[in-house]
Amino acid sequence: MNTKKIDFSITNNPDSASGTYIRIIMMGLKYKLLLVLGIISIFFAVGFQLWMPILIGNGVENISKIVTNSNQVDQSQFILIGIYLLLASSMRGVFTGLYNYMGESIGQHIGYELRLLYYEKLQRLSFSYHSNIHSGDLITRALLDIEGVSMFVRTAFLRTIFLILLLGIGMYMVINTDLVLGLLSLSFVPFAGWRSISTRLQLRTSWYKLQEKMSTLTKVMDENMAGIRVVRSFFSQKFEMRKFDKASKETLNIANEQVEIRSINISLISTSFLISMGLVIWIGGIKVIQGNMTIGELATFLAFMSILQAPVRMLGMMVNAFARGAASGGRLFAVLDMDPEIKESKNAKDLSNAKGILKFNNVNFGYEGERTLTNINFEATPGHTIGIVGPPGSGKSTIAHLIPRFYDPTSGSITIDNVDIKDITLESLRHLVSVVEQDSFLFTASIDQNVAYGNPWAEDRDVEVATKNTQLYNYIANLPNKFNTMVGERGVSLSGGQRQRLSIARSILLKPKIIIFDDSTSAVDAATEQKIRIALREATKSRTSIIISHRLSSLMHADEIIFLEFGKIQERGTHEELISKGGKYSELYELQIRPKVN
Amino acid sequence: MQKSENKKQNNPPKASIKRNTFFDEEIFGTAYDQKIVKRFGKYLKPFKKQIIYAIIAVIFFSISSVLLPLIVKYTIDSALIENNTVDKIFVFCIAAFFVGILINFISGYLQEMIIGKVGEKVLIDLRRSMFEHLQRVSLSFMDKTEVGRMMSRLQGDVAALQEFLHTITIGIGDLLLIIGIIFALFFLDWKLAIMMVGVIPVLLLVRILWLPYARRAFLKSRVTASIVSGALSENINGVRAVQGLTREKVNYSLFDVLAHDNLKAQNKATRYSVIMMPIVDTLTGISLSVITIGGGLLITNGSLQIGTLVAFILYVQRFFDPIRALTMHYSVFQRAMASGERIFEIIDVPVDVKDKRGAKKLTNIDGSIIFNNVTFGYVENQPVLKNISFNIDPGETVALVGPTGSGKTSITSLTHRFYDVWDGEIIIGGKDIRSVTQKSLGENVGMVLQEPFLFTGSILDNIKYSHTKATRADVVEASKAVGAHDFIMKLPNTYDTLLEQRGSNISLGQRQLLSFARAIVADTKILILDEATASIDSYTEMLIQRALAKLLQNRTGMVIAHRLATIRGADRIIVLQEGKIIETGNHDELVSLGGLYSKMYSLNYSSFDDIPDELIKSASIELNEETT
Repeated sequence: MNTKKIDFSITNNPDSASGTYIRIIMMGLKYKLLLVLGIISIFFAVGFQLWMPILIGNGVENISKIVTNSNQVDQSQFILIGIYLLLASSMRGVFTGLYNYMGESIGQHIGYELRLLYYEKLQRLSFSYHSNIHSGDLITRALLDIEGVSMFVRTAFLRTIFLILLLGIGMYMVINTDLVLGLLSLSFVPFAGWRSISTRLQLRTSWYKLQEKMSTLTKVMDENMAGIRVVRSFFSQKFEMRKFDKASKETLNIANEQVEIRSINISLISTSFLISMGLVIWIGGIKVIQGNMTIGELATFLAFMSILQAPVRMLGMMVNAFARGAASGGRLFAVLDMDPEIKESKNAKDLSNAKGILKFNNVNFGYEGERTLTNINFEATPGHTIGIVGPPGSGKSTIAHLIPRFYDPTSGSITIDNVDIKDITLESLRHLVSVVEQDSFLFTASIDQNVAYGNPWAEDRDVEVATKNTQLYNYIANLPNKFNTMVGERGVSLSGGQRQRLSIARSILLKPKIIIFDDSTSAVDAATEQKIRIALREATKSRTSIIISHRLSSLMHADEIIFLEFGKIQERGTHEELISKGGKYSELYELQIRPKVN
Repeated sequence: MQKSENKKQNNPPKASIKRNTFFDEEIFGTAYDQKIVKRFGKYLKPFKKQIIYAIIAVIFFSISSVLLPLIVKYTIDSALIENNTVDKIFVFCIAAFFVGILINFISGYLQEMIIGKVGEKVLIDLRRSMFEHLQRVSLSFMDKTEVGRMMSRLQGDVAALQEFLHTITIGIGDLLLIIGIIFALFFLDWKLAIMMVGVIPVLLLVRILWLPYARRAFLKSRVTASIVSGALSENINGVRAVQGLTREKVNYSLFDVLAHDNLKAQNKATRYSVIMMPIVDTLTGISLSVITIGGGLLITNGSLQIGTLVAFILYVQRFFDPIRALTMHYSVFQRAMASGERIFEIIDVPVDVKDKRGAKKLTNIDGSIIFNNVTFGYVENQPVLKNISFNIDPGETVALVGPTGSGKTSITSLTHRFYDVWDGEIIIGGKDIRSVTQKSLGENVGMVLQEPFLFTGSILDNIKYSHTKATRADVVEASKAVGAHDFIMKLPNTYDTLLEQRGSNISLGQRQLLSFARAIVADTKILILDEATASIDSYTEMLIQRALAKLLQNRTGMVIAHRLATIRGADRIIVLQEGKIIETGNHDELVSLGGLYSKMYSLNYSSFDDIPDELIKSASIELNEETT
């Protein structure tokens, strides 16, 4: 409710891809040691890699000389070449392993860094952002997109350098040996390069689409399971399966599209490579026949090409990693670049020692051009309670959400001890103010950890007192594992009322100066609520309390009651004053309490 | 982002963000489980044809890959060395090479395409059969299961199996290639071939030594990754509570620890996988030097041709590439087995409520409901309903009243056949509900839940829900009937306004009204309604009461009633206590009866749910004393 629409959509802009790569690469540049070691290893790997075809060529050359000239057999020559080959190959393995490790490691570090950045950002983004985006979407980004970027770095980052060096130096070498054959042996490179780039573009667009469709599918499945009772009660399984099949088919189509793009790409690239090889044999063969070239030289070319085979086959994977990296990176950076709507002012101060005098001065709030709060003025002081009542959509919860700055008012100001809350550090503000929501989230952790969620350093005694005050202690004490009982997944399932009481305990443990109950006892029975109120009265004696409730008995005893409708304060005063006034409040009172009087 | 503030900040005693607390290594560590592979194979059955085509393509691909170096050999030996002119043989060899490339291209492309597409389809089928199964398993299973956890099976585990399928087909292709190469080597020169193949046992030995360490490292890497994902998801779902309670810093530093553990584990696993590279390459080098030295000697003896030597060199590279890749395959296999286990675990959850064979359609019913000696419970030997019998006449509205745990919800769930009775029978429109199809039962029995659940999508689609044939006019009419039309018209796009996740952009009361309109569009003869206790404020209660009356018009109604107004409005009230019917009659009759109902009523609560348990207990004790 009450949120500002903000644009969180991901623009599918192909031009932004280079920007995405640059950002990812910049992240990689931070790991200087790994990077330098990686690049050094690449040089060695390329060197040893290219030494091998030369050695093989020499070997063949020697052998062919023996055959053609029937010269004296120099066996030590073979043995030397054999040993060199062994050395070159194992050193190639060592340095390939090393640069791969450096590449993987940089990728993993970036993944780690992104996970932290993302985590930190999500914690800071305002409520308005979170209410506008499906949590499944954010989770998909966290899982798949971070992996996408990390994979790009791991498989494509250093390998690109390796490939460029290998081809560059290799080209210099082969062209020096024989210009025509050298050009022929590398003739597949421009084609492979062009295919790779165009495929990357196609794949990237398709990765974008696939991620979006996957989010839709996730939503369908998530809602089906969360609303399983609705599905069952309408016997709408078939309808749900159709929804699933539709979303599923859309992902399948895009996935198939990707398969087609990838298959044709991989096949064309390796075929172009083989064609180059064919040309080398053809033209090289003619040259050998004409006596312009030795068998050994031809063997060098062939060996050189056979060494290129593995990296060429890697190209397909790298292209995919590039495409996915851009798509995933784009989606991730869109979140990471999001500016939290709620920010501290530059010289915000810590107001931990405030008394807790809360004032609303002409506060207005609206979203999408619709006004939900108009000219709200009130003052709440320590030791006093304000009650807020009104029909749904009247803006009650908005008032509660404005105080800890989950949202900011459109105009007007809210002050605590006469300091505008915008000038208070968010941390100290939220320590001062605690809102107990109607439907609050409990974490998959023990009861103890849930009660102490806001202050994990709390003493056992504090946790006990808080649960005693909310009439939860006896229930917990009777559980086999008492306070260590897990909540959620593998633990007990608490009733709505118990959950609400736990979340009240969670808030009062923090001893906030201002505590707001936003319909937080709706599922608690009236008698238990009464007991909680009495217990809390002592605990919140010196605190400022605001009670928002549908149930009049919850707030009848407030020092001031505000009746809110259409975002405006319609009536205000004590219970007695409002009853004697005979307005909307007393009408509501009649409706709710009359059966008692009957 | 401050990593260390003070010691206290780093070690909060009552904080943990880990969700996954245990991992069974038995399940997560194996790389091959026949049962799982077998069951997985079943999903390949519908694609027999494609698989045969794919195998043919793979065979052609392997053959052409093996043939190309052979052609090179003949070119060198026959054309270049023996004849040494551009003659027929040379032209033939070159032409053969290009034909080989063409076959390689076509078969390679087909192989990639077919396998890729079958893989995608299998993945979708697997997810579908899991999802479909979840539509049928008992509600008590679904209640126990967390949505997020199920989602990770539907997405993550299925993706792991897809990866497995991809790897296994690449693996089969590689294996065929290796076999083909070995054949070609022996065909060319068995002595040289033996020297080269001689390195394979060494490789196997290395792998056997390497495996146990690598296995643990891969496993650790995956387990830590899943812990990180769990913590991240939980924080996203609970972000409001995190911000409200300012747990950001604590959570961040805890998360940092988890993410760092994962980083370390990943790094270690990488070390184990890259260590294979120099090993395999050293073996490649041994092979190459053996070929050069041995080949050289053989050539000088005149028992080997140069072309053969070149072909051997070309084969060596192709031979060791797939072996190097095997390292990566291992961790994919390991992951797939664990994922398969979790997927089939879901598919194996038994379905309790099924259509009987020859189940008939339930049509043209009058709307009567009969419970005959029904006994039912959720846990064996602990019945919740004990031998309950009652009738509801067509068009009648009956309120079910009673304290928590008295069995109200069980009665409504049974009427809708969410569960089957232990004993006795439920008859609707003259037929035992177990003898009719579930679909036709659903067309006759509607249900409005206490908590209105809405889907992402427009208001129009939400009110229509599965009745896609309903027109816009039907929807508007239904909304008017329940009094939702006015607020809908005030929304920015009226009926086309998109609802956000769980309908969070409208109030609870409004969501309730939409769920009423949804029930009107479904238009069932019988309506079961679980009245909202507190989700609707008293202010809209009047609106709701009016809507309720409209909803129950011309229908048989079974209402779990909480509000006095609803209870008084019912034609008949059934009072339940501890799974038994203790009183029945209308409001006035029950009040004058002076039983539990009248006691509860005299306590003057506007909602029976507000009455504390102790008061109900003392009321029934009083009653017992009066009767004895």
